Amino acid sequence: MSLRSNILDLRKRKREVQKGGGVEAIEKQTKMGKLTARERIVALLDKNSFYEYDLFVEHSAKDFGMDSKVLHGDGVIIGTGTIYNKPVCIFAQDFTVAGGSLGLMHARKITKIMDHALKMRVPLIGINDSGGARIQEGVNSLAGYGEIFFRNTLASGVIPQISVILGPCAGGAVYSPALTDFVFVVENISKMFITGPGVIKSVLGEEITMEELGGARVHAELTGNAHFFAMSELECFEQIKKLISYIPRNNGTRAMPFPPKPPKKGLKIEDVVPSDPRIPYDIRDIIKTITDHSEFFEVMENFAPNIVIGFGRMEGETIGFVANQPMVLAGVLDTDSSDKAARFIRYCDAFNIPIVTLEDLPGYLPGADQEHAGVIRHGAKILYAYSEATVPKITVILRKAYGGGYIAMNSRHLRADFVFAWPTAEIAVMGPEGAANIVFRKEISEAENPEEVRQQKIQEYKEKFANPYVAAAQGYIDEVIEPRDTRGRILHALQVSENKNVFLPSKKHGIPPF
Amino acid sequence: MTDKKELKNLVIEGVVYKTTYTWKFENRVKWETPNPNLIYSFIPGTIIDIFVKPRAKVKEGTTLLLLEAMKMQNQVRMPFDGEIVKLFIKKDEVIPKNHLMLEIKPVKIK
Repeated sequence: MSLRSNILDLRKRKREVQKGGGVEAIEKQTKMGKLTARERIVALLDKNSFYEYDLFVEHSAKDFGMDSKVLHGDGVIIGTGTIYNKPVCIFAQDFTVAGGSLGLMHARKITKIMDHALKMRVPLIGINDSGGARIQEGVNSLAGYGEIFFRNTLASGVIPQISVILGPCAGGAVYSPALTDFVFVVENISKMFITGPGVIKSVLGEEITMEELGGARVHAELTGNAHFFAMSELECFEQIKKLISYIPRNNGTRAMPFPPKPPKKGLKIEDVVPSDPRIPYDIRDIIKTITDHSEFFEVMENFAPNIVIGFGRMEGETIGFVANQPMVLAGVLDTDSSDKAARFIRYCDAFNIPIVTLEDLPGYLPGADQEHAGVIRHGAKILYAYSEATVPKITVILRKAYGGGYIAMNSRHLRADFVFAWPTAEIAVMGPEGAANIVFRKEISEAENPEEVRQQKIQEYKEKFANPYVAAAQGYIDEVIEPRDTRGRILHALQVSENKNVFLPSKKHGIPPF
Repeated sequence: MTDKKELKNLVIEGVVYKTTYTWKFENRVKWETPNPNLIYSFIPGTIIDIFVKPRAKVKEGTTLLLLEAMKMQNQVRMPFDGEIVKLFIKKDEVIPKNHLMLEIKPVKIK
C-alpha cells in the first residue's frame, strides 16, 4: 500500500467516525433544537483551531449485545483548541451515539483530556449532553464517573473548569458540573436532576415535568446550581467566550489585560443613590459608573438577586465585584445570598482577582424559615470566605452598614485592605429606629408623650451614630470620600495593592462551614 | 435607570424599606406552631395496616399504623400515652406528605 492509499484510507475512516450516530440520529438532535457535539465545538472555539484526540477509541464491552454495537468515538469528542488565541481543553458528549451514555472508554477519553488540562494548566470546558451511565457497562460506568469527579476536585482552584449543560445531565453525571467553577444552562435544553420525574412518580406519587424539576430556569433561579442562563446555544457560547476573556487561564497568572477605558459618560454616580435611605436603587448602576466602559459581566443574575456578583474591568484589569442590591429585599443577607457571595469570593481568591465590595445593607433577613434553613451556617460562609481571601480587598460603604452585616461585608476586621465610606454611610450596631427603642426604652415608656420622646431619641441617635465618623474616629474606616471620587480612590488602592503579599497560618486547610 | 417594578415594604429592625420581593420570599413557608395532637405523614406512601380504632387507649411507643414508602414499612408510633380521637385514613389508601392521618389526645394510662 502506497502512502497515498494509506492517507485516503485514513480520511475515509475519519469521515466514517465523524458521522457520529448517523444521519437519522443527527436529524433527531436538530429537531430537538440542539446542535450536534461537533457543531458546538466549532461554534465555541476560534475558527479552525480545534484538534481532536482519541477519534478512533472503541469500547470493549461484551455484555448485553454490546459486542455487536459500533459506537463512534464511544459517544464523546475530546480535543484542544483556542478561545481568543489562548489554548483550552474541551470535551463534548455526543448525544447521537448511544444517547451520549458514559461507558468505560467514554470516561477514559474525558479523564485523558482532564489530565491534559491540569498538567498544561489550561482551562477545561465540558459540554454535557448525555443520558447518563451506560447500563450495559454496569460498574465500569460508575468507575468512569468516579474518576471524573476526583479530577474535577483535584483541578479545582488550579484551572478554570466550565460546564455547559446542553442536554440531559442526570443522576450521578450531574456531580461533575456541580464540582466545576461555572455552569452554563440554556432554556428548554438543559436538564439537571438526581432522580427524574419517572422515579419520583413511582416512589413518591408526585407529578412533575422534567422542565419543572430541573430545567434551565429552575437552576438559574431557585437552586443556584447554574451561574449563567442563555436563551439559545449560540448566546451561551458568547457568554462562555466573554467569561474566558475575564478570567486567568490558571491560578498562577492574572487575567489578560485589556486597554483601559473610562466609564461611559452620562450616568453620574451622585444621581443614583436617593437621599432617603429607605428608598432603593439598582446597585448595578453604581458599578457601571466605576468599571471600564461601564461594562459589568454579572454572574448568577437570577439567583439570590439581593446580592450582586460579577466581573468588571478597572484600568484594564479584571476585578470581582460583590455588592448588596437594595432593589431586592432591601439588600439583606440571607442563606442564598451568603452562599452566592461566598463561593464567588473563593473563586476570585483562588484565581488572583482583586475583590471590590460595595456595601448597603440593613441586616439579615428575619424569619423562622431563614433560621430553620440555617442562615447561621450559611451566613458564616461569607465571613470565612472574606477572612481567608488574600487578594487585594477594597470596600466602599455607600449607605447602611448595620450590625453583623457591617462585619460580614468585608470590614477592616476581616482584613479588608482599604475601606472607604461615603458621607451618606451609616455604620452602626443597628438602625436608629431599632436602637432608640432598645437603648431608651425606659425613658420612652415612662414619658408623658412616648411617641414624641421616641422620635426625639431616634433623631439624637441618628445624629450621633448614623454616620461614618464614629467608625472613622476609630480608624475602622480609612477615609470618608465623595461619591465622584470612588473610581479614582479604588484605582489608586488597587495600584498600591499590586504586589500584596500575605500568608495565612500554615495548615492543611481550614474547615469552612460547608 | 431603576426597574419599573412595584415597590413593596420590608421591615428590618423597625425600619420600613421600600424594595422588591423575590419569588422565594413571597412563597416561603410561614411558621405555624405544630399541634402535638395531630399526626401527619412525614413521607408520601401507602397505608398498609392500621392497628388502632377510635377511643382505644394506647401507650407511648406503640405502633399505630404501617406506612409503606421507599421500599420500607415505616412504623408510625404513639408519641405519648393517650387515646385515639379520630382516624382520617383507611387501609390501602395512598397519601401524600404532610397528610393528616390521625388525631390523638393525652390521657393517663395506668
